[in-house]
Amino acid sequence: MPDKVIVRHLRASFNKVEALHDVSLNFAENRVTAIIGPSGCGKSTLVRCINRMHEVVPGASCTGDVILDGENIYAPAVDPVQVRRRIGMVFQKPTPFPTMSIEDNVAAGLKLNGIALARADRDRLVEQSLRRAALWEEVKDRLGRPGASLSGGQQQRLCVARALAVEPEVLLMDEPCSALDPISTARIEELLLELKATYTIIIVTHNMQQAARCSDFTAFMYAGDLIEFGETKQIFTNPTKRETEDYITGRFG
Amino acid sequence: MVVAVAIDRATSSRKDGPHLAELADTVTEQVAATQTRVRRARGFGVRAIGDRVFNLTTLALALVILALLFGVTLDLVINAMPSIKTFGLHFLVSTDWDPTNDQYGALPFIYGTVVSSLLALLIAVPLALGVALCLSEMVPTWLSHKLGFLVELLAAIPSVVYGLWGIFIMGPWLRDHVDPLLAKYLGFLPFFQGPQISVSMLSAAVVLAIMVLPYISAVCTDVFRVVPQTQREAAYALGATKWEMVRMAVLPFGVSGVIGAVILGLGRALGETIAVAMVIGNRPEISASVFMPSSTLASVIANEFVEATSDLNLAALVELGLVLLVLGLILNVAARTLVYSSTQRRFSKGK
Repeated sequence: MPDKVIVRHLRASFNKVEALHDVSLNFAENRVTAIIGPSGCGKSTLVRCINRMHEVVPGASCTGDVILDGENIYAPAVDPVQVRRRIGMVFQKPTPFPTMSIEDNVAAGLKLNGIALARADRDRLVEQSLRRAALWEEVKDRLGRPGASLSGGQQQRLCVARALAVEPEVLLMDEPCSALDPISTARIEELLLELKATYTIIIVTHNMQQAARCSDFTAFMYAGDLIEFGETKQIFTNPTKRETEDYITGRFG
Repeated sequence: MVVAVAIDRATSSRKDGPHLAELADTVTEQVAATQTRVRRARGFGVRAIGDRVFNLTTLALALVILALLFGVTLDLVINAMPSIKTFGLHFLVSTDWDPTNDQYGALPFIYGTVVSSLLALLIAVPLALGVALCLSEMVPTWLSHKLGFLVELLAAIPSVVYGLWGIFIMGPWLRDHVDPLLAKYLGFLPFFQGPQISVSMLSAAVVLAIMVLPYISAVCTDVFRVVPQTQREAAYALGATKWEMVRMAVLPFGVSGVIGAVILGLGRALGETIAVAMVIGNRPEISASVFMPSSTLASVIANEFVEATSDLNLAALVELGLVLLVLGLILNVAARTLVYSSTQRRFSKGK
């Protein structure tokens, strides 16, 4: 598998305090890569640098390169807005737009950047996205209801559908299941396995079983450093670094 | 208290021997047992007395406000009685305000009040939204708070100063530079025709707009600042530009707060007296042109109260006050109903 996203010497900081020290790793196309590590280790910061969301936070800055399909997204001429259209993101807490209906939430990204869609195309894309997010059957009779009226797990799948509707190439998921119950979590995990046929997926998780179950590659981070990166099976059965072993066996973190 | 001292003494003298240490332990146990007994005896049903006092006090204070509103209204009605009896409902639709012949009608003032306030909002709301969005979304936090303070300073300027400025600087400037442009390009509308006078409806509207701007923008800024960062990031993550993010996440989240801010500004504009009285020209007639002088309920009361010649004249002025009160009430209720129905309607088209 070719590498879809290549991270080189990435350093990120908040108000001059460095949160990520010189991280380099590659994300394979059409694979799920999990990033694990204790709280505050820089997992979220890493994924937020990949679609240039890091810089949205006041006082945040980063240096280094992130290369998407051979193109450096941190090159001066690159518009972060265009980057984010190609690299979608799902957040820790479900964030449906509270004043929009279910279908408007899904179509929210379609309205951006002056894309005018015919009603039929829009409806088709909404349905397709909701189906891909495994939510269609549950909401098809109430697309006009508010997005916030759904349960937490449904809201998170709504956010997945919303991210998919703009047809990104890479999907970043920042602890997408941490606010969900086990059943909703299982649905999202099933979803990951289906989605990786089409998308490159990078998922941050606190849940090591989740990383073991649904990722192909795993990166272990600790205190702003990438400690170990490899195939998930190898990381969980035969880690080469002492810290990794301690973390996955629950000795710390 | 005594027990506590005893424990203290006993504990501190533990080293004096096993006897005292034992005593201390017994006392501690007894105290714990007593506390448990007291707690059980109190049970779940009895609320702390402080809570009840607090509830009653706040209730009383809230009722005082209602009583004040009721008292003021009653007082206005009583004092306006001669006028109410003489003119009846005709008072509201008559355009005749003629103190020398003791003929009174409120319509020119109702018109002046409503139009000057709405015009002021028309000017102030877009400006205030721009200021608020700039402060909450564009400039860094440290600068935002300093700029916000400066905008709020506008509210600290006394109305009479606005009035003076309006008479001597803004009014003539509007007449010389703005009125001709409006007449030239929008002169086909009846609002921008006829002679251009510096004390006019337009001057009043502009002064009012500047006066209500800080209120609306301060509230809107606060409303926009509390929009969760997660909402902004959700919009950015879809590939939204800053403006699209504002339209998608910030404005919809803040819409009811913004409307609240506009209602607040409307209340201010309706009741503003001195600044308006100084720049509006005080002519009790209705004219479509905003270049012409007009008059508002508040400004006519301020202007004529000291010179009211007859009892009927005084009663008519008091009735204008009553009309202003009711008008404010109606506009507030209407605005709130509008907000309520618009937030309800948003999802009623659902399938």
